[in-house]
Amino acid sequence: MRVYLDNSATTRLDDEVLKEMIPYFSDVYGNASSLHAFGREALAAVDKSRETIASLLGANPNEIYFTSGGTESDNWALKGAAQAYGKYGKHIITTAIEHPAMMETCHKLEKDGFDVTYIGVNSDGLVDPEEIKKAVRDDTILVSVMFANNEMGAIQPIGEIGRFCRKEGILFHTDAVQAAGTIKINVKELNIDMLSLSAHKFHGPKGMGLLYLRNGVKIEKLIAGGHQERGNRAGTTNTPGIVGMAKALEIAVRDMEKNNEHMRKLRDYFIDRVEKEIPYCHLNGGREHRLVNNANFSFDYIEGESILMVLDLNGIAVSSGSACSSGSLEPSHVILATGASMEQAHSSIRFSLGKETTKEEIDYTIETLKAAVEKLRSWSPLFKQTEGESHYV
Amino acid sequence: MYNKKVLETFAHPKNVGEIENADGVGTVGNASCGDIMQVFLKIDGDKIVDAKFKTFGCAAAIASSETATEMIKGLTLDEALKIKNSDVVEELEGLPPQKIHCSVLAEEAIAEAIKDYRSKH
Ligand code: FES
Repeated sequence: MRVYLDNSATTRLDDEVLKEMIPYFSDVYGNASSLHAFGREALAAVDKSRETIASLLGANPNEIYFTSGGTESDNWALKGAAQAYGKYGKHIITTAIEHPAMMETCHKLEKDGFDVTYIGVNSDGLVDPEEIKKAVRDDTILVSVMFANNEMGAIQPIGEIGRFCRKEGILFHTDAVQAAGTIKINVKELNIDMLSLSAHKFHGPKGMGLLYLRNGVKIEKLIAGGHQERGNRAGTTNTPGIVGMAKALEIAVRDMEKNNEHMRKLRDYFIDRVEKEIPYCHLNGGREHRLVNNANFSFDYIEGESILMVLDLNGIAVSSGSACSSGSLEPSHVILATGASMEQAHSSIRFSLGKETTKEEIDYTIETLKAAVEKLRSWSPLFKQTEGESHYV
Repeated sequence: MYNKKVLETFAHPKNVGEIENADGVGTVGNASCGDIMQVFLKIDGDKIVDAKFKTFGCAAAIASSETATEMIKGLTLDEALKIKNSDVVEELEGLPPQKIHCSVLAEEAIAEAIKDYRSKH
């Protein structure tokens, strides 16, 4: 059996989306910037998609800028705002649990003379808006808080933070990459000034994203060149990608209630059974304010990558916050930020369900996981079973 | 990123476990990622007659433990000390660059176990 439980890494392109995209590869192949009929046909599709997306997000079409994905959007929002507003102040507030696209960009800005405050989270992985309010200084130009966390799915109080920032006249950006598929977002109601999205997280194509930029907010451009995206983001318009993203978002919003209900039920069933049937495990993050498709567990005495690999050998795809699987040999900064121990971060595994996940797949995963954990514990020098009790040695 | 040999070795290790009343035990930790490897040796005269391990770590660490313990069985202590992590990597037909340090752990655990034995004899 092959089971894909890594939908927070990427999702399968929806069949409906693929069908919508196909004509724009080889039939309507004109450059949307060209004046002739070939170009105009492509432009018409791009314009229509922009309108669709804007209306789904509660934005105006001229506030949507297409990019290559979430990483570019995050880079652009931060660097662009820092450049444009740096003359008014050098202070930026963000959180300790942001995606690397945000973290690395913040570190770059720090090198360039900006001062970045990283707000911590509680044991549920949630930011306290009061702490953001307290961190604001006279020279704060930007607050950026992710909508929902990619590792443990903690949904942040974006509404309250947005309200506060608008009142204070501070720019507010949110990386909504993980949230878009399962949470209905209205940028106006939430007082969002800038928002990053990535299409492949909600069954759209990879390499396609957007930055919502509220009218009136002026940031420097990141990519120079042609006059695409009203002169703000150069590069040949990705017509099939844009058409695909619009369709994917349309489907996500259309089917959201049904899909969320399906995923939440399966996810809760999964968490309940794992907690009951596997000893010495911890759910990372709280059960409330959690993305409907996310479960993240740490299993004591064993290391995350080895769990991932045993599951993989059995056809199950998950991801891990372990140092061994990170490339940088640092355990997940997100799990650590919740106050979890090094060991706990080192043994964390993320299971992210999709709209196509079935009960059979979850049952198979639980059985496989139980066996994997038991086997790896018997291989671990940290695990000693004495009179039915286990402890670190 | 792991080759077939590494995955196969990781999936079905034969030397995992402890040796009761082992003649030498070596435990080492990996500073870079916080992992732990333990090697147990049964020694007869100057020869390693059995070797087992327990490892808390990634697939590469477990595969390296298995391979290294397999390689030293039947060797004299001095011969075993000559087995370097690069030999383990070669036997595994290669490890990803960021996983080379996991094989170093195996080399160190064996050296520790031999040191432990020698300190007692
Ligand atoms: S043991 Fe941590 S990377 Fe191999």
